[in-house]
Amino acid sequence: MNRKEMELNSVEVWDGNTCNAQAFRQASVDVVAAYPITPSTNTVENYATFHANGYVDGEFIMVESEHAAMSACVGAAAAGGRVATATSSQGCALMVEVLYQCAGMRLPAVLCLVNRALAAPLNVNGDHSDMYLTRDAGWIQLDSFNAQEAYDLTLMSFKIGEHKDVRLPVISNQDGFLTSHTAQTVRPLPDKVAYDFIGDYVQVNAMLDFSKPVTHGVQTEHDWHFEHKAKQHAALQGALPIVEEIFKEFKKLTGREYNLVETHKMDDAEVAIVCLGTTYETATIAADELREQGIKAGVIAPRLFRPFPLVQLAQKLQNVKALACMDRSAPGGTVGALYNEVAGALFNTPARPVLRNLIYGLGGRDITVNELKEIFTDLQNDAKNGKLTGKIQRLHGVRGPELSFYEL
Amino acid sequence: MGDQKVIKNLKTFSTSAERFEGSHVLCPGCAHSIIVREVLNATNDNLVVSAATGCLEVCTAIYPHTSWDCSWIHIGFENASTAIAGAEAMNKALRNKGRISADTPQPKFVAFGGDGATYDIGFQWISGCFERGHDMMYVCLDNEVYANTGGQRSSSTPIGASTTTAPAGSTSYGEKQVKKDMLQIMAAHGSPYVAQVAPNKWKDMVKKIQTGFATKGPVFINAMSACTTEWKFQPHQTIEASDLAVDSLVFPLYEIVNGTELNITYRPKNIVPVRDYLAFQPRFKHLFKPENEHIIEEWQKRVNEKWEYLQRREEARV
Ligand SMILES: Cc1ncc(C[n+]2csc(CCOP(=O)(O)OP(=O)(O)O)c2C)c(N)n1
Ligand code: SF4
Repeated sequence: MNRKEMELNSVEVWDGNTCNAQAFRQASVDVVAAYPITPSTNTVENYATFHANGYVDGEFIMVESEHAAMSACVGAAAAGGRVATATSSQGCALMVEVLYQCAGMRLPAVLCLVNRALAAPLNVNGDHSDMYLTRDAGWIQLDSFNAQEAYDLTLMSFKIGEHKDVRLPVISNQDGFLTSHTAQTVRPLPDKVAYDFIGDYVQVNAMLDFSKPVTHGVQTEHDWHFEHKAKQHAALQGALPIVEEIFKEFKKLTGREYNLVETHKMDDAEVAIVCLGTTYETATIAADELREQGIKAGVIAPRLFRPFPLVQLAQKLQNVKALACMDRSAPGGTVGALYNEVAGALFNTPARPVLRNLIYGLGGRDITVNELKEIFTDLQNDAKNGKLTGKIQRLHGVRGPELSFYEL
Repeated sequence: MGDQKVIKNLKTFSTSAERFEGSHVLCPGCAHSIIVREVLNATNDNLVVSAATGCLEVCTAIYPHTSWDCSWIHIGFENASTAIAGAEAMNKALRNKGRISADTPQPKFVAFGGDGATYDIGFQWISGCFERGHDMMYVCLDNEVYANTGGQRSSSTPIGASTTTAPAGSTSYGEKQVKKDMLQIMAAHGSPYVAQVAPNKWKDMVKKIQTGFATKGPVFINAMSACTTEWKFQPHQTIEASDLAVDSLVFPLYEIVNGTELNITYRPKNIVPVRDYLAFQPRFKHLFKPENEHIIEEWQKRVNEKWEYLQRREEARV
């Protein structure tokens, strides 16, 4: 290795972007190719600073677009090494074509996706439109709720994606500004401990291994395409227990626990909120306050958006009578994506609570503890009545007349 | 490095074909295969190759078969250049980290794209790679049309050609725009070496490819690649079509070193009229109608002017 070690304190004050860049550095990524976009820019800037000061000995390429960033990552990964990049929103949209190609070639790249709204109108703040845009691209998708988790999950992304039975790219999702720009106390691992946890990159079908020429990115027709896609799907599905295993290993190392589905007071919860990202923590505060009033409130969040932990989620919802699915993306003429996932997960299980879809927080609009408490109150009515009061979907917190849809 | 292959010279290289096998489904007479085979055979170094979506890619890597006996990747239509730049960067990184030992010979990095992939959709990616100075060669297989998708115009399609998206009709003589001058554009990127080649002048072609491989930095080769299907000539006439292109000076063979030194590498003894080049290819058939004759005249005028311009630059060493 040709790089300087970095001395870190056991507790640092980092924002999410710093966490990402530190995770890239500690993973000793071989090639980072990137293009700046708010709010993920600082991941790349921090990494550039590490590179400029000798803390990184891989190649850092500032390309001319996000499409090129992912293209370079795919070429580099196929050549036989560890690659990573970061983006948001429009950058992610520009990358989408290559995201599919990367996953289809089973190349384990890591992408820090700092979630942001998609234009139009142009908006630099956080919602989950870009995460949803990538959901069928074949990437494993982890979701963090704060800066510490952004660091932990980005580190784990390398280990997960490169696992010999996975060999898939991984997106480490985090909320724009709320996570990416909020300085928080973070407990990083020492460089060596972090690197040893991830392990050396093990090359598979590397283009730079000239003893065995390899053809990447073939053309298929109906004769083989289905089998390729089936295997890719199987690898994604098969990743769930492997992710769980890696979470356990990480807990042994750090004491920090991650689960396929994260829960807060769900054991006896009768009303619950299911959400992604930073809203999880706000909702736990709301639930705690309601618990003091004797209301059996709980919060639940899939830690993985892909592969979706369908069974695990359904198991945790056995006792819930009413559930609100919180979607932070403009739904585009249907119910929200998370609502769809959850409803799909529950349809064939005995656990079928009354389900509401809340569209909220678009373009970075806050959701407060009080608003979440109101949502819990609505759920209590649903639970009491044993059926939905009002329509399935509500656009929560939008100015003007109340908007709600899908009445049964 | 195990068995060292015998260094090929100009005579022997064309008889060996270790890296691009015949088992492809390119049309009989397709110049793509001739050019690719000669590019790969022009070096003994290890090769990492990328191909853009297009005829070359769809005809040579149909699972479970491959024509490529070298490291090869296809990502998309526009990003063959960046794919190879990524691989080149990985090679650098792994050497710097000592994961590839310093005494391992350096491989060569080559990207292939059609004119659609090069002049149009992939232009930004190529420009980015050349601006960043990756050590790579980009070869454009210039058949002046989107062949793989059935003959649509590209910005390399010459004026007057009839294509499916710029068809000749009762009120149209076909393509309205003049072919983009990609070589000058690539030279203007500050590339250390750019050249035009054609498969009929294979010695010239191989020399230029070898110069390109010996050059450090991004090298651009524009290879005229006659397409039997879209130019509509018989499969055995590929070299004849190419001869007409270079002998009419429609496709002049020259190189530009470091953006400043222009060398004409082939001067036809008998310059053929552009009319003869056009008459050979049914895609220009309609130009011979009286109302379209002016396009042929305009074309000839442009070819003359370009040839004079190239000669002036060569003489002035600029
Ligand atoms: C983003 C995108 N747009 C369009 C296409 C469809 N497409 C595939 S190949 C091709 C034309 C290829 O033409 P060219 O690059 O000139 O190569 P040729 O087939 O002539 O060798 C087109 C339009 C595609 N694959 N990807
Ligand atoms: S259509 Fe043209 S370029 Fe494509 S394979 Fe046939 S001859 Fe070659």
